[in-house]
Amino acid sequence: MKILTGNDLKTGDVIWWAGDTRWSRHLADSVDAGDEAEAILKREEAARRVNVPYVVDGKQTDQGPMPLHIKERIRAFGPTVRTDLAINTSIPIVKV
Amino acid sequence: MYQYDQYDQAMVDARVAEFRDQVRRRLDGSLPEEEFRHLRLKNGLYLQLHAYMLRVAIPYGTLNSKQMHMLAHIARKYDKGYGHFTTRQNIQYNWIKLEDAPDILAELATVEMHAIQTSGNCIRNISSDQFAGAAADEIADPRPWAELLRQWSTFHPEFQLLPRKFKIAVIASPSDRAAMRLHDIGIELVKNDAGVLGAKFFAGGGMGRTPMIAPMIREWVPAEELISYAEACLRVYNRHGRRDNKYKARIKILVHEIGADEYRRQVEEEFAHMKTLGLDPPAAELERISAFFRDPPFEQGLSDDIDRSDPDFAVWVDQNTHPHRVPGYTSLTISLKPAGGIPGDATAEQIDLMAELARDYAFDELRVTHAQNIVLAHVRKADLYAIWQKLDDAGLATANLDLIGDMIACPGLDYCSLANARSIPVAQKISERFADTGRQRELGELKLKISGCINACGHHHAGHIGILGVDKKGLENYQLLLGGSGAEDVSLARIVGPGFDEDGIVNAVETVTNVYLGAREPGERFVDTYRRIGMQPFKEALYG
Repeated sequence: MKILTGNDLKTGDVIWWAGDTRWSRHLADSVDAGDEAEAILKREEAARRVNVPYVVDGKQTDQGPMPLHIKERIRAFGPTVRTDLAINTSIPIVKV
Repeated sequence: MYQYDQYDQAMVDARVAEFRDQVRRRLDGSLPEEEFRHLRLKNGLYLQLHAYMLRVAIPYGTLNSKQMHMLAHIARKYDKGYGHFTTRQNIQYNWIKLEDAPDILAELATVEMHAIQTSGNCIRNISSDQFAGAAADEIADPRPWAELLRQWSTFHPEFQLLPRKFKIAVIASPSDRAAMRLHDIGIELVKNDAGVLGAKFFAGGGMGRTPMIAPMIREWVPAEELISYAEACLRVYNRHGRRDNKYKARIKILVHEIGADEYRRQVEEEFAHMKTLGLDPPAAELERISAFFRDPPFEQGLSDDIDRSDPDFAVWVDQNTHPHRVPGYTSLTISLKPAGGIPGDATAEQIDLMAELARDYAFDELRVTHAQNIVLAHVRKADLYAIWQKLDDAGLATANLDLIGDMIACPGLDYCSLANARSIPVAQKISERFADTGRQRELGELKLKISGCINACGHHHAGHIGILGVDKKGLENYQLLLGGSGAEDVSLARIVGPGFDEDGIVNAVETVTNVYLGAREPGERFVDTYRRIGMQPFKEALYG
């Protein structure tokens, strides 16, 4: 699956495309952008709903959509060394 | 320490106002990211893995208690209650909001701080010896020269768009505590036989993907011509440094490709021209700057005796203090490397405490070291026990300076968008494995440095033991390097062999320390034994 991500312009928060014009701080809300990924990115960036957006490869898991690369999982859930700052500590970040 | 004059303050205030307008335009959409990016970077604002990251400049690592309190305030008000002291003697915050950035810079400006020269292809924050002005072995105080270089380099119109970033270190002691020869320009202040101060220049050093030790370019530059010579070095680089390839754009590549002799020849030619331009500051200006770095009012006739009846305190004194040139005083290092902790991180409360200790016991001055610790440079030995007790209560009394637990680690993949692997968990596991202070002391001086990518912010090339995190088919993998040093015995570490996973690299570190313990001769540090016996015994122990 193709997951769209970027940062909120004002806050810098990591955000995930959740369909239409919606962006969420929670990876679990993300949806597959499929073949429309690049077009959606252009549209959403132009509308300033996301800053520096890009596409990541992911897969559906029992715990919802999950990026294949560890870097994106760390972006999604927070630093592995500060679980007190993590967004969802119940999901294993390092291995999926 | 240096205090701003009206020009310094006006420049910093103007920069804040300018950036506030740039942020406003970015937020209202009139400034696109591709145009805004280099403007925010010029103000130390990166977009990192989780949020914006703000890197605040601490010129040559020196600050006062008011400034340190401000750093705590920013951590508390605008971040998540902590900051990360870096290998460039700066501090960075990981959770900054763009909309807050102008206010943060405005608050910093009220205490003569900013984020200029912490990013971009300019001359970066000048680094220096954390014991400057205090060390018993220094021949002069490098700080006035570092400050002079700061003033010369800040907003220097010719050097705002260099081929690549440019780092300068200034030291004034035969012991190199600033990794001077691993800088783009390293300056060592020296005295000639007549006792006259001058400078030895090294150029073309650096770490990153192509590590190089800077060759000496000139053995003697008269102190009063130091700026002209530095300018000549920069001009040759600015003219010929490669702009076609980011990875070959540092001065080390230029010096390597044309050779030190040819680089030196061109610099000499430029220097001869420079001297006709009258660029060097008048003696009165240097005197004005030097006046800010005069000795604090040291008490005379103090005893060097220390009550060592508390054994934990005694170990800390032995490990974390450095000889001071004034009897009865010492320089103490506050380790930001507790066992299992995150190297270089400090909470707002810890930052406040260190500021209070500086105010109460250390003439209101602190230093940030390139090894991510904090120094109180001028402390009465008689006050050490009181200071230690307060540090201990705050989790800041770890007695591990220059031991394996005192490791450098970059933020790695937990925070950095450039990283390929996490550094901090490896550092934590190693420091837990070697948590016992007695065991660390048995190993003696051992500089362990960890980077999460080839950019080498964790100085792995300069580690007695270095660790480099790489991405191996989507998995974190760690290469082990041995034999590096950033000190006066400078050398570059070499990769031992195939890499390890996270637990494997921790075991590998233990294995090589065991080889050292079995092979060392009296007085040898880890790196000395490595240099004597070579790579092979370590390799055999690791790979059979």
